[in-house]
Parts: sequence; C-alpha cells; structure tokens
Amino acid sequence: MLPEAEFEHVLAKKYMRTEIMPHAFCPGCGLGIIERMILMAFEELGQEEWDRTVFVSGIGCSGWTPLYFRRDAAHTLHGRALAFATALKASRPDLNVIVVMGDGDSMGIGGNHLIHAARRNIGITAIIATNMLYSLTGGQMSPTTPEGAKTNTTPYGNIEPNFDLMELLKAAGATYLARWTTYHFIQAKNSIKKAVKHKGFAAIEIVFQCPTYAGRYILNRPDPRDMMQWFKENSIPLGVAKNKSPEELRGKIIVGEYLHRTDRKEYTERLRELEERAKGKGR
Amino acid sequence: MYVEPGTHLMQGDEAIVEGALIAGCRFFAGYPITPATEIAERMSRRMPQVGGVFMQMEDELASIMAIIGASWAGRKSMTATSGPGYSLMQEGLGYAIITETPIVIVDVQRGGPSTGLVTLPSQGDVMQARWGSHGDYATIALAPSSAQDMFDLAIKAFNLAETYRNPVIILADEVIAHVREPVKVPPYEEIEIVERRRPSVPPEEYIPYLPDPGEWVAPMPAFGEGYNVLVESVMHDEFGHRIGTDHVAAERTIKRIYYKIEKNVDKIAMYEKRYMEDAEVAVVAYGSTARTALRAVREARNQGIKAGLIRMITLWPFYDHLIEETANQVKAIIVPEMNMGKIVREVDRASKGQAKVMSVPKVGGVLHHPDEILAVIKSAVR
Repeated sequence: MLPEAEFEHVLAKKYMRTEIMPHAFCPGCGLGIIERMILMAFEELGQEEWDRTVFVSGIGCSGWTPLYFRRDAAHTLHGRALAFATALKASRPDLNVIVVMGDGDSMGIGGNHLIHAARRNIGITAIIATNMLYSLTGGQMSPTTPEGAKTNTTPYGNIEPNFDLMELLKAAGATYLARWTTYHFIQAKNSIKKAVKHKGFAAIEIVFQCPTYAGRYILNRPDPRDMMQWFKENSIPLGVAKNKSPEELRGKIIVGEYLHRTDRKEYTERLRELEERAKGKGR
Repeated sequence: MYVEPGTHLMQGDEAIVEGALIAGCRFFAGYPITPATEIAERMSRRMPQVGGVFMQMEDELASIMAIIGASWAGRKSMTATSGPGYSLMQEGLGYAIITETPIVIVDVQRGGPSTGLVTLPSQGDVMQARWGSHGDYATIALAPSSAQDMFDLAIKAFNLAETYRNPVIILADEVIAHVREPVKVPPYEEIEIVERRRPSVPPEEYIPYLPDPGEWVAPMPAFGEGYNVLVESVMHDEFGHRIGTDHVAAERTIKRIYYKIEKNVDKIAMYEKRYMEDAEVAVVAYGSTARTALRAVREARNQGIKAGLIRMITLWPFYDHLIEETANQVKAIIVPEMNMGKIVREVDRASKGQAKVMSVPKVGGVLHHPDEILAVIKSAVR
C-alpha cells in the first residue's frame, strides 16, 4: 500500500474514489495518464460539466479507468459498453456520457456496437485506450497488434493486418475523431474537452504504454519511459503524414484531430423530433 | 394515451405492449425476430406516443444491454425476442442479475435448437429461462396462456422486476403471441403498479447493494442524480466495489441475489386450479399447453374421471409446495409440454414420490391434441 499522502493530489481529492485506491494498474501503466487527461479536461471544463457527466466502461484493463472517478459509472460487459451507453444517452440526453474502452473491447468483441454508435451519431464521447494487445488476460494479439508482432497467441508473428480506428469510424459516420498517445498529454486533454462539448459521436484513440506486455513483447521496451519515448519518436502529425508514402508510414502512429463535422444531426435530437411527430397519432 | 378500459379484441403481442405501457415501461430496445417482431413493431409506434424511447439495436447482445442502461437512467425497460435472440441475451441477463437491475425480457418461444422452427410454437426454453446464464442466480419467469395473460403478466412482470430488482422473463410462445381474443382492460385505478423505490438517504450515506432492514434489495437511484453509483459486473460487495478473492463477501452477494427470489417463492408464485377439489389425477401445464390440457381435463370429467388442472403461471422460482400438495392429493400427475420433457423433472422432484409423474412430450412445432393428453389421463386411472 502506498502511503495516504499519495492520494492527496488535488485532482485525486476532488474527483476520485480515494477509498478504493491505490488502483490496480501495473507500475508504469499508461491508463493513469489517461485518467489524468480526463480529469484535467474536466478541471478546465468546470464543475457544471463534471456534475452532469457519467461513465461507462467495458472489460479489460481500460475498463477499470473510470471506476475510480467519483461519478455514476457502469462497468459493463466485454464489448458492450456502447450498447449500455447508447440507451443511457437516449434516455437522458442532458448527461455527458463518456465511455472508456480498450482496443480489443471496442474493435474486437465490441466492433459491431462501435460502428453502429458511430452510424447513429449519438452524442457519446468514446475514449479508446489502445495498447496493441489484450493485457488483462496476459498479452494476446488484438485488432491493433502490429503485423509480425509476437504475442502469447501469435508465437510465430501476427499474420493479421490491424484496424485503423480513425478510418473505420470516419466511414461509419462518427463526427469527431482524434488520435494521440500518452506522450501527447495536452493535445489529448484538449481533444477530450472538444469531444465532451461536441454534439455527435466522438471518439478519441489514445495509444498508451503497457510495459508489462506490449513493452516486452511488441516494442522490446519494458521500461514505460522508453515506451513513451518511442511514442514520441514514432508519431507523425496528420498534416505531415499526408505527404508521406505508405512505406514511410509503416509502423508509425499518425496523430492529430482527424475529423470535426457538424453537418450530421445528433441521434437524440432526431429522437426528440420523432417524438413530436408521433404525438397525437392514434393507437 | 393508453388503451381504454373495457374489452378489446387484441393479439397477444399487442396486449403485452399495451400492458407494458400501462405498467410504466418507457424504453424498449429490440432486434427483429420471428415470432416476436410484432412486439417491436408495435412498440416503435406506441412508445414515442407516451414519451418513451424505442430503439432498434444492432443485435440482441446490444438490446439487452440497452434496456439495462435505460433502467439505470431511471426508465422501466423491456425487450422482446425469440430463442436465438434469447440465447444471445444470456450474457446481458447475467449482468442484470449481478447489478440487480429491473428489466423485463419477453421470449416468444419457437422451435429449436438453433434457427429451428421459425414460425412454430415451442416451450423449449423453459430451462434456459432458469439456468441460461453462467453462474449462480435465480430468475423469475412467467408463462402466459392467453392474450389476457399477455396484458396482465406484462404489468405483473414490471412489478416483480421493481420489487426484487431482478430481470423477469415472460415465456410466451408463438401461439399466445399471435392469438387474437378479447382482452379486458380494467379501470386504471384498479391496476396495481409498483414504482421503483428511490433512496431516501443523502448520496454519502447510500449503499447501492445493501438492502434496508427487512428488505431484500436496496433502493435504486438513477444515473445523474448524484448518488455516484457503481454498476459493477465483477463480483462486488454492498458498495459495488470489486472484491477480488474475498470469498466471504462473494458468498454473501451470491446468496443474497439467490435467496431474494427463492425465499420469496410463495409471494411470487401464481397459479390457477381447475376441477382440483376432488381430483384423483392432475394435469400440470403452462402456457398454450394449459389450454389443450383444460380441454382434456373436461373431456375426462365427461367420461367420469376425476381429473383436474393446475396451470402454472409462475414457472420460476419453482413452487415446490404446490406440487407437493398436489402429489399428496392425487394418484398421478401428468405434465404435457411442448418439449421433450423439462418442467416434468421439477414436478417429479417436488412430488417426492407421492404420486406417479408422467411426461407427455410434444416436439415439432405443434400443440398437443387434447386426445393425446386424455389418453394419458385414462391410462393413469386404469
């Protein structure tokens, strides 16, 4: 156990369930940084926004992330966070519904719900924490594991190409998209702020370090600081990436704000209009 | 807004929707599936008229999670499906169980296994309704036998779900879903509706999974009301905190969610007795099979055989007492079911050898002929 004083950080005291801390993340895990990004975003958005924010998560290391926040939170099932969140938002459009999922959670087992939430353009903020494999189960290949990478289920190297979450969700109909890494703290925090204010389905992918598995198996960098250094060196801003060939971009993380559309109506607004049309119609 | 009091000609699927709306259902999520589609279709038209939300989800995995989410948003919620969809819903059912979320699931049974007999009736899901999701838990399952039952049991199902903070399953079948017959809607003030018990303590004193003294479940707040509730699928304590390997806390949680249903069986169990006063042979039936069974019992009476019918309305929790009492009265209990013989196992167990228990299985997607049941009644008294 860490000494009590460790939890007396201003953000922890203000926003977190310190009674159930320290949290369960491995030493050096990037999910703590993502927690801090979210809390810093709300520190800047203000108390009023925080007071109407609720959290939903799936199963996996990332699913634990919002459970430490002193807000209503649902730790749902593997892959199903968005289905729960969709109904929550449809029932209470006044709430900020923030969903935290991992890469396997959102793009593997929950892929269908992910594309349909984007298609509906429902006003949910999805924070997708990508660590390039399944960590809670001990380091198996996920839909974002790089080709050729060795994991506990790809001992001869991964033969499967991975999803590009940004392109996937752009095609599916999302209206705010950004990708950052834990190295890009300020940018990611600013994207979370924008996403919370955005009317429509917003997804922010944050590539984070899993020193325990991805660090050892995929990047050969078991030290979390080395992993963040790798994120820094291998991230290419979207604008720069546009002028590079696919070969030059192989193995790189393209970061930036991918999309900010305002031309698609948000789902719960359509729902309200539908309700108006239905009223007065016979049984 | 609601169907008016009085007698209306209604289809079973129509009656269940109108009953649900009167019960206060304000969220429906579903996915099209024969023979339950009419429920979703009618909900899509009716729900927005009463200020509720209808959503057609991408699959049944999402449908059940959506109604759980809506329930935590403070709305009474429901889904409707058939066997294949009900199979998919088992994971979400477990989530509703462990988070003690009131929801209503309608399973309009069709013949299985797998895609099976899409348009034909069955009672093949009765054990799935009890044991379908993994782990230890208890469920409530009700079996309607008429369009009137579809209306009445929709309301009962919501009341039970709210009372016990538990999923309630309505096990209809294709015949009951599609039958069109008179449904009596009582004056609204005569309909008992159980509203959700809300916390009466301030948020800092509220414990989401600790029942008040003398109660089986805790009051339930909605998201966004400041109670900072944790809706946790992992094994948790009374606060909703994950308990890791604390087997004492885990045992406490599992036993409570099990016993809150099983120990209240005498309050939950509903049944109907016909011609049982002097009966020497009893037919125990449920759902549409109970209608055929009643015909067979009447025919037996015409032929001088003292036969009676017990129509089980609540299938789960199983009312052992009712069967034991019956077994002590009669020589034989006959259990016709549209499956290979499922509830008959429970009847056999609960009768404790006091009466001969005879199964009358029927599969293939067709109701029993009354003569098939009558023949077994005759053989029992011979």
